[in-house]
Amino acid sequence: MDMIKIIYQSLEKVMDPEIPVLNILEMGMITDVQQDEKGIHIKMIPTFSACPAISLIKQQISDTVSKDLQLPVEVTVDTAIQWNSNRLTETAKEKLRGFGIAPPPVHHGEIDAEMLIHVTCPYCGSENTFMRSPFGTTLCRAMHFCRQCGMMFEQFKPLT
Amino acid sequence: MEHLIKELVTKMADDALILGHRNSEWTGLGPVMEEDIAFSSMAQDKIGHAWALYRILQEMPGGQDPDQFAFLRPESEYKCCHLSEMPIGTYEFSLMRHFLFDHAETVRYNSLLESSFVPLQQLAKKVKGELKYHTLHAAAWILQLGKGGTESHGKMQAALDNCFPLACGIFEPGPDDVQLSDIYPGERALYEQWLDNINPILTKAALKLPENVTPAYGGRYGQHTPHLHSLLKEMGEVFRQDSAAAW
Repeated sequence: MDMIKIIYQSLEKVMDPEIPVLNILEMGMITDVQQDEKGIHIKMIPTFSACPAISLIKQQISDTVSKDLQLPVEVTVDTAIQWNSNRLTETAKEKLRGFGIAPPPVHHGEIDAEMLIHVTCPYCGSENTFMRSPFGTTLCRAMHFCRQCGMMFEQFKPLT
Repeated sequence: MEHLIKELVTKMADDALILGHRNSEWTGLGPVMEEDIAFSSMAQDKIGHAWALYRILQEMPGGQDPDQFAFLRPESEYKCCHLSEMPIGTYEFSLMRHFLFDHAETVRYNSLLESSFVPLQQLAKKVKGELKYHTLHAAAWILQLGKGGTESHGKMQAALDNCFPLACGIFEPGPDDVQLSDIYPGERALYEQWLDNINPILTKAALKLPENVTPAYGGRYGQHTPHLHSLLKEMGEVFRQDSAAAW
């Protein structure tokens, strides 16, 4: 099988430490994978620039891929590409919902207040919800409340 | 030219670091839990932005380790504005500072989307999206409290009167700003754009900008309020125990 494909299969095993149901490919965090005589070179991007998990994720990528492929692995942060929430795959959004986190809507380059107000409750599916705070337990989440089922829930924030 | 870019990046980084530290002082003290979390999250964002800017400086010739640079400089080498140095004070003061500062940041980073200095231009794309949540948060509270009754309105107006001259100090011009015209549009242009952006929100909140203010200048030249001294002492206390320790 194609080497790059095998590396991607290995990357599927690296989960996001803050959302353990999603791997880093589903999160849209990998921007480039190369292999040459020196080893494997992987470029990744964090969701938020102050994400405290960056060094942990880099380490997990390096450990997992070097163990699977028995080659030296270099992981760098790609500064040319910025993460935005449209990079989350459809599978990722479905898994988020299952985990109790409302996925971000697809945006077109701008976030407006409307996108944050009408968030579907991941528990009961109601749209009768309101935002309690644009900040939450992690930088990538906001807090909402569902009037229908009376549950607090989190939303993965849309980010441009 | 390079030293001018370094000065620009340093003042932006120092503003973010110092205000980030101030925001973190609300952790555990916010008036409601959501606000405690909001100020703590914004603190984390700001320190992340500071770190990214110190990293840019590190990559330039003569660059230093970001932690050493952030914590071990003498006070006069910090280039933060006086607004960022002030103690958290009352909640309305911190809220108004956050509103004025994050709108200023938004204007600055929007302008840097066109910068010819690639590291800043790339960072601007990232920071701009994150700042959107800061300005949304600030505007929601400014509107709610500005229109929230006599006492509430009075407190917000007093906070604005107090913060505005300090906030004007964000835009303290440098002597050679004109040479940076490819990098960013300069402090004067940012200041005008900032006023255009904050005015409609303040008007909606029934708040009036004070007239004939004297901007709190000096920070960009290393002249600070006494508050920075105690902040730096506290912020670097652990780091200075062993500045070469690995964490």
